Amino acid sequence: MSQAHKKIGDIMLKVEDISLSFGGVRALSGVSFDVREHEILAIIGPNGAGKSSMLNVINGVYHPQEGAITYKGSTRKQMRPHQAAKQGIARTFQNIALFKGMSTLDNIMTGRLLKMRRNFLWQALYWGPAQKEEIENRMVCEKIIDFLEIQAIRKTPVGRLPYGLQKRVELGRALAMEPDLLLLDEPMAGMNVEEKEDMCRFVLDVNDEFGTTIALIEHDMGVVMDISDRVMVLDYGRKIADGSPDEVRADQEVIDAYLGVSH
Amino acid sequence: MSAAGNEGPAGIGADTFPKLLIENAKRRGNRPAMREKDLGIWQSWTWSQVLDEVRALSCGLAARGLKRGDKVAIVGDNRPRLYWTMVAAQAVGGVPVPVYQDSVADEMAFVIEHAGARFAVVEDQEQVDKLLEIKERCPTLERIIFDDSRGLRHYDQDFLEPYERAQADGRAFDQANPGFFEAEVAKASGDHNSIILYTSGTTGQPKGVVLSFDNVIRTADNAARLEHLTEREEMLAYLPMAWVGDHIFSYGQSYCSGFCVSCPESSATVMQDLRELGPTYFFAPPRVFENILTTVMIRMEDASWIKRKIFRGFMDLARRSGVKILDGQPVPMTDRLLYWLGGLLVYGPLKNTLGFSRIRLAYTAGEAIGPDIFDFYRSLGINLKQLYGSTEASVFITIQPDGQIKPDTVGPPAPEVEIKVADNGEVMFRGPGVFQEYYKNPEASAETKTQDGWVHTGDAGFFDEDGHLKIIDRAKDVGRLKDGTLFAPKFIENKLKFFPDITEAVVFGDGREDVTAFINIDLEAVGNWAERNGVAYGGYQELAALPQVYSTVQDHVARVNRDLAEDPKLASSQIKRFLILHKELDADDGELTRTRKVRRRIVAEKYKPLIDGLYSDQSHVYIETEVTFEDGRKGKLSADLKIEPAEVFTLQDLKRAS
Repeated sequence: MSQAHKKIGDIMLKVEDISLSFGGVRALSGVSFDVREHEILAIIGPNGAGKSSMLNVINGVYHPQEGAITYKGSTRKQMRPHQAAKQGIARTFQNIALFKGMSTLDNIMTGRLLKMRRNFLWQALYWGPAQKEEIENRMVCEKIIDFLEIQAIRKTPVGRLPYGLQKRVELGRALAMEPDLLLLDEPMAGMNVEEKEDMCRFVLDVNDEFGTTIALIEHDMGVVMDISDRVMVLDYGRKIADGSPDEVRADQEVIDAYLGVSH
Repeated sequence: MSAAGNEGPAGIGADTFPKLLIENAKRRGNRPAMREKDLGIWQSWTWSQVLDEVRALSCGLAARGLKRGDKVAIVGDNRPRLYWTMVAAQAVGGVPVPVYQDSVADEMAFVIEHAGARFAVVEDQEQVDKLLEIKERCPTLERIIFDDSRGLRHYDQDFLEPYERAQADGRAFDQANPGFFEAEVAKASGDHNSIILYTSGTTGQPKGVVLSFDNVIRTADNAARLEHLTEREEMLAYLPMAWVGDHIFSYGQSYCSGFCVSCPESSATVMQDLRELGPTYFFAPPRVFENILTTVMIRMEDASWIKRKIFRGFMDLARRSGVKILDGQPVPMTDRLLYWLGGLLVYGPLKNTLGFSRIRLAYTAGEAIGPDIFDFYRSLGINLKQLYGSTEASVFITIQPDGQIKPDTVGPPAPEVEIKVADNGEVMFRGPGVFQEYYKNPEASAETKTQDGWVHTGDAGFFDEDGHLKIIDRAKDVGRLKDGTLFAPKFIENKLKFFPDITEAVVFGDGREDVTAFINIDLEAVGNWAERNGVAYGGYQELAALPQVYSTVQDHVARVNRDLAEDPKLASSQIKRFLILHKELDADDGELTRTRKVRRRIVAEKYKPLIDGLYSDQSHVYIETEVTFEDGRKGKLSADLKIEPAEVFTLQDLKRAS
């Protein structure tokens, strides 16, 4: 349903000729692709293909030796994660990276920290502008809690939650930044069918309701083919295919990469 | 009944809900009428705000062509807007038809088609999708109005629209037609149809029970006066809107007494919302009270030893004296003092955790409640009472009066209700709440309701020496064993279900030589036991098949048999053999009704091989069953089940033991 109504816009992020190596290990070599506004791009590939490295390059955790990234019109060679965050890139992690001892609400509130302008002293004062700001930000978080249907665990420490819900909280924290580009690293790994269906619905809803552009890494091919507008395939750090789900499904090189070929 | 010293009902001439609403807006316009938790904050609406909202929707429905007598289907969780839809429809002569929100599409199609609903007001995308799926089969359905527009932005069907738009059009219509709303409200009177409630029914298709305004308002008001309900009560509406109980407690009585009804944030947050709200008036089926008690006990098991000791000590005291204190009976001074101390240390904090701190009146009904569970709550000082009722009676047939509570009876007749026991043991009643008819089903109406207004309940029971009614079973389920002795399956099942380890039991024996049973274990209670004892299991089926679980259940069955042996009339109903089912009985598979009562006949048909196994001398039996998943897909489940014998007793055994 959402596909028919979607308006995919201009190029938002352009990755050109990126190469990244750790010592002698070449994680990415000469990868170029782009992400368009409002689309859902899936990055797939066998284990060790460089998918997570690619996301880490985009949000500035890793610094590629070669190549350039153009995001919203400005080209850069290197970027720090906090700068990426300020420019509207949010992400979730393959291994959940929440604050286990904090409640769902507090975890999601941490996603708002960048939006808070009052300094430590104002906040220590409690009353006044800091309180007003806190209320505004709480409102945003509550809308996200409502959106993700996690009202019942609002005050539960996330360490006590099952895995599927923790993933949902992590998505909530990323959404709290009101990102333009959302990077999801295996959002559905380790989930059962029902949880996956829920997560797919949330990803599609985020894309549809907020117009957020999404780049996601996922191993479940059923999910990838169902929800993404475009699929890019990496293998041994190289891009081997890029196109609509149907095109990619039929691509011989992709089939070989997944199934293996005799040489 | 005298109305002296009572604030409700808004009364005088207000014989319909729209009139009551206008009265309430006049008398207590600034008092809260409804609350809902939204974005983590309780939002409230006063009676005059509610009138405003209702008026807009009412006119909106009229502007869309709603005519007097048209049916309006209402589908969703408890939401203020859906409650307002009821009164808005009634104001312009419509008849609301609330539908169980968790019905699968087929069940929903039956109700909407049978009622001939022209309008449907629903909660969200989930319900809209279901209605779109069945719309072909429901030719009368013209328009669907939804409350929450999330995910519905791209639905472009022209018969779909948001609640806000209907209200906005209604406001315009109201301005263009001044006096229209008042004139429409004035057209209705107490004998007009107020609502159609479809009963989930233990057999066959659901039946639409038609209730008039008089039925609902007089019954609700009588009970409200008996219990001295005031406009200061707080109630949480969390049971299905399609169920008559919710209709009377959260709608009828709220409008009669003018108290505020709150809707939880979502169905998953009910326990938290309960705690925040602290209702003064509360209804829950026995199952809910049971679950709460199980949770408390499980959490106490995990507490430190000193806390456990304090808890046990004070709970023993409460069991000894708490109920007596609540009923105003004499209790030694030391116990009274200790009970007060217990209130500070244990009972108070416990009630606060459960959200029961302010409860003035709590009801339970629908099934028999275990005496231990019943006394647990009463001993904490919670005025929990039982009532007996049905949709056909607009709920109240009997109510236990304050201070005369017995765990195994349901009390004397409610105000203005007459009860008689027919020759075959069936309970019959007559009163102001007696339903009009089953919608479009004259045969069933004639079968249930006699010419002079007596209604067959289908329950077998009798009055005890104090004039309290005691229900033993469904009249049609009371059978006889081959040797001619009485066999009341539900009576035995309830005894089994009073053990926290057992959630459901189905016993067989009618026309047979002896009695056998299916058992469903309680996944939470037994699962917790397994966890604490380091027993590994991969799900319900594995847990149910564990030998340790079987032997625990065997002990429980033996204890039930011992109880039965004490009564010469029931001694031959002792359970000879039993098995633990490999799956939980489920409403989605048609094995339980939506209100979670066992559909005996369907279970007997579906599990015929198991019953045959129980009446053979095999020690295990193989079965394959079809299951329905939550999304409607079907799958197969197979298992090889063990059958175990149970210890039986004779009166001599019991005498020798004592």
